[in-house]
Amino acid sequence: MKIGVFVCHCGSNIAGTVDVVQVAEAAKSMPEVAFAKDTMYACSEPGQQGIIDAIKEMGLDGAVVASCTPRMHGSTFMRTVARAGLNPYMFEMANIREHVSWIGKDKVANTRKAIDLVRMAVAKLAQNKPLYSQSFSINKRVMIIGGGVAGIQAALDCADGGLQVVLVEKTTTIGGKMAKLDKTFPTVDCSSCILGPRMVDVAQHPNITLHASAEVDEVFGYVGNYQVEVRKKATYVNWKTCTGCGACMEKCPSKKSKDPFNELIGTTTAINIPFPQAIPKRASIDRDSCIKFKTGKCGICAKVCPTKAIDYDQQDEMITEEVGAIIAATGFDLMDWHVYGQYGAGRYPDVITSLQYERMLSASGPTGGHIKRPSDKKEPKTIVFIQCVGSRDKSVGRPYCTGFCCMYTAKQAILTKDHIPDSESYVFYMDIRAPGKMYDEFTRRAMEEYGAKYIRGRVSMVYPQDGKMIVRGVDTLAGAQVEVEADLVVLAVGAEGAAGSAQLAEKLRISYDSYGFFMEGHPKLKPVETNTAGVYLAGCAQGPKDIPSSVAQGSAAAAKVLSLFSKDQLQSDPQVSKVDLKRCVGCMKCAITCPFGAIKETEVRGEIKAQVIETICQGCGICTSTCRQGAIQLQNFTDNQILAEVNALLSSETEEA
Amino acid sequence: MSQKLRYAYYPGCSGQGTSKEYEQSTRAVCEALGMELVDIPDWSCCGSSPAHTVDHRLSSALSGRNLALAERLEGVSAILTPCPSCLTNLKVSAHKMKDPEFAAEVNALLDFPVRNTLPVKSILQAIYEDVGPDALRPKAVRLLTGLKLAPYYGCIMNRPPHIMEFDDHENPIAMDQLMEAIGAEAVTFPLKVECCGASFGVARRDIVQKLSGKLLDTAASNGADAVVTACPLCQMNLDLRQDQINVANNTSHNMPVFYYTQLIGLALGMTPSQVGLEKLEVSPMALLESLPARAEAQAQAAKKPASKGAQS
Ligand SMILES: Cc1cc2nc3c(=O)[nH]c(=O)nc-3n(C[C@H](O)[C@H](O)[C@H](O)COP(=O)(O)OP(=O)(O)OC[C@H]3O[C@@H](n4cnc5c(N)ncnc54)[C@H](O)[C@@H]3O)c2cc1C
Ligand code: SF4
Ligand code: SF4
Repeated sequence: MKIGVFVCHCGSNIAGTVDVVQVAEAAKSMPEVAFAKDTMYACSEPGQQGIIDAIKEMGLDGAVVASCTPRMHGSTFMRTVARAGLNPYMFEMANIREHVSWIGKDKVANTRKAIDLVRMAVAKLAQNKPLYSQSFSINKRVMIIGGGVAGIQAALDCADGGLQVVLVEKTTTIGGKMAKLDKTFPTVDCSSCILGPRMVDVAQHPNITLHASAEVDEVFGYVGNYQVEVRKKATYVNWKTCTGCGACMEKCPSKKSKDPFNELIGTTTAINIPFPQAIPKRASIDRDSCIKFKTGKCGICAKVCPTKAIDYDQQDEMITEEVGAIIAATGFDLMDWHVYGQYGAGRYPDVITSLQYERMLSASGPTGGHIKRPSDKKEPKTIVFIQCVGSRDKSVGRPYCTGFCCMYTAKQAILTKDHIPDSESYVFYMDIRAPGKMYDEFTRRAMEEYGAKYIRGRVSMVYPQDGKMIVRGVDTLAGAQVEVEADLVVLAVGAEGAAGSAQLAEKLRISYDSYGFFMEGHPKLKPVETNTAGVYLAGCAQGPKDIPSSVAQGSAAAAKVLSLFSKDQLQSDPQVSKVDLKRCVGCMKCAITCPFGAIKETEVRGEIKAQVIETICQGCGICTSTCRQGAIQLQNFTDNQILAEVNALLSSETEEA
Repeated sequence: MSQKLRYAYYPGCSGQGTSKEYEQSTRAVCEALGMELVDIPDWSCCGSSPAHTVDHRLSSALSGRNLALAERLEGVSAILTPCPSCLTNLKVSAHKMKDPEFAAEVNALLDFPVRNTLPVKSILQAIYEDVGPDALRPKAVRLLTGLKLAPYYGCIMNRPPHIMEFDDHENPIAMDQLMEAIGAEAVTFPLKVECCGASFGVARRDIVQKLSGKLLDTAASNGADAVVTACPLCQMNLDLRQDQINVANNTSHNMPVFYYTQLIGLALGMTPSQVGLEKLEVSPMALLESLPARAEAQAQAAKKPASKGAQS
């Protein structure tokens, strides 16, 4: 075998702390190596051409590139090798950047380690065999999980692009947080006026199937061919016949039910449609407050419903949707701010969240758009906004900036002045973070035109006294303690991943961080992809962001799906397990350990043997470590290939000793 | 309470002087509740604030000596002290001595080493956790119904939380519940853990007048008849300096400031002098005498809506 070795400088990224010339020199004396050279940027156009030329000129059978992580450029170089006419699997990568140059400063030691890694890669490549992908067809339907503004945008873009879309929304209506907002920054335009028509489009689009009050139960399959089990949660109303007339809500005697849409500042009826523009506009019963469910009596809604839609015996329904790609757009929730004992931990009714305040500002909210403080329903004159509650605060385990609170607080201060002209707003802030078109100008307007008093500093304590809320904080610019006697305190509570996002991530086999946000494939270059092929992200599910960015990411995710579906066939990854029939004794231990159910039993000339279903196998390799016979081997990571690497490493140690 | 409650007891210096009535009522109440307090033999001053402002090792050694002496006592389950300041010093030195290097430095200053085996608790924590409001309630022979109290814990009883390890550090409730168990009412008092000005009374009296004044104002505006405390320094600032505060702030508070142990003692049937009420600067006698009438009025008020309901 003739192997070529290409050692990358990566500018000074690698060459700064690794003697790349020496590594190339050392490679020349490794077994099977016919050519070795250092190169400035292996991934650049001349770098790749150099590899192609060398392969062609020297008649090389395979190439080792010693550079960065394969997650960065593994597929780049596989394509390079393929362009030179070789099988793309006749390629190995030695990671001498993330694993060497970036983590150590000792050039001698670094160089030695780089040589070891190259030696291992060469030894492995000598064992590599050409592998061939299979083609399989794609199911060109897409599932979008979460019907906030990001999911809505993705759904409409995909549907307009001709795809069949299945939209799964946990609550009984789509719209997400944006449906709860009064106006939106920086234009202060009415939120439901711009979102409402989009929601209607979703309902009316012939290509969109909407499952509201539904959640993903399980996900099987792989890119192009996912089977998703969806649980349609019982609403106790037959949505096929319900017309959304609202007669039930008028008559329901249980009027003090929790109203999550209004962030619990108002109450609703046990049977309800969350808001007039809800999509789908269908009623559902909250079991916990329904008198019929609690005592067996009542049943009034069933009597008044003109279409006999009420069904107290309704059960959850399981359906399976087959799709080729999935977009996760499950958004965010406010963190549980009750950890802030110094702000009363929920004991004071007149300390509310920003989202509750939005509902108060909204003309369709429980106060009809009048700002009234919860304790005595009086109109507040002095309102204090506290920013960064649960953001940028390591003491409560939230070190990150939520990003949109500065902006919506400015918006709320402006709207407060509009609603109550003789009011005064105070904003306690840490820094104003307002990057974006017309954003900084907007916060300045809040201060300069609307007279909001901005105080730079944290609030140490909020407590009630004589009908007021005393807000004590520090003004770090004046270097003094300040106390404001407020009528109402609004907390700009930070965002975290939506409740249940971790569980959903496990089902989708994507990564998530400790705050419940899903991890993108690459922080810069793959902001909508995940590490699972065919699963994409949109909106706050990936990290807190405002509406324009959520919409942009929704469109981006849709574009990714459209480009994936622009092909009729996908290539499978040949790095799957394979059974050596001669060795397999049919014990089927592998089938038990495989977490994906990718191994089935077959009969070959009267004997039981294991067989891998290649399209299901994820290449995890668990089976290979289970099989005592060594009969099942993961292609491109066989025992022989791994042992060759280990031996190469050990031989270098014996040489040195 | 099958096990006998037996503790090593650290009285602290202020209990020998400025807060004699705290000390006296603590001993009486513990005895009545079946909590045996064994005085740490030959205990010495914990160093109070001066020691740890100068030298942490010295401060830990002063407390460490007392810890080590207490550990030598037979059959005690914890070290108790009524005073939050002593408590802080004992707990901080026990906490710091979890670091073997620091422990070695401190132990070098001591006759015998600290083993760091006994938990250190306030008397309040022991009464709250080892006896508890539910067991206290039936023992109260004279309920303090009608008495409205502002429960004031002071700034160091529960903080820093990872060292004090007791109750909520922003909104503690132990004293509230004990007071409710003996019939009194704990009013909403948002300044439960605010600073009273502490020893600034000596150097900057204006600070104490401002901070303690605020505590009295807030207690009064929330309808309290009296303040109940667990700290000698807090009690002194609020009680002994109440006249000074009134003059400085142009107020006219006449608000008794009890130790919670005095009130528990009264409820357990002790006489005012048994719990040292005569030591209080602002006399609580008129207030206490008015309680039976208030209780009666409360009972009447409670009955009214009920009897109305019965009529219709
Ligand atoms: C008080 C406040 C004011 C704001 N004001 C503005 C503003 O003026 N301008 C602006 O640009 N931005 C504003 N924002 C930010 C804005 O709310 C977000 O940018 C936007 O809501 C993000 O949309 P999204 O679709 O990603 O998430 P969301 O709006 O959170 O929607 C997610 C949807 O997914 C659903 N879901 C969650 N989990 C699941 C699951 N497991 N299965 C199925 N469905 C699920 C949810 O029910 C929800 O419908 C504000 C935010 C707050 C808190
Ligand atoms: S359940 Fe019946 S009454 Fe209620 S909205 Fe639907 S159709 Fe109308
Ligand atoms: S590698 Fe083995 S265990 Fe893993 S999915 Fe494939 S067959 Fe199953």
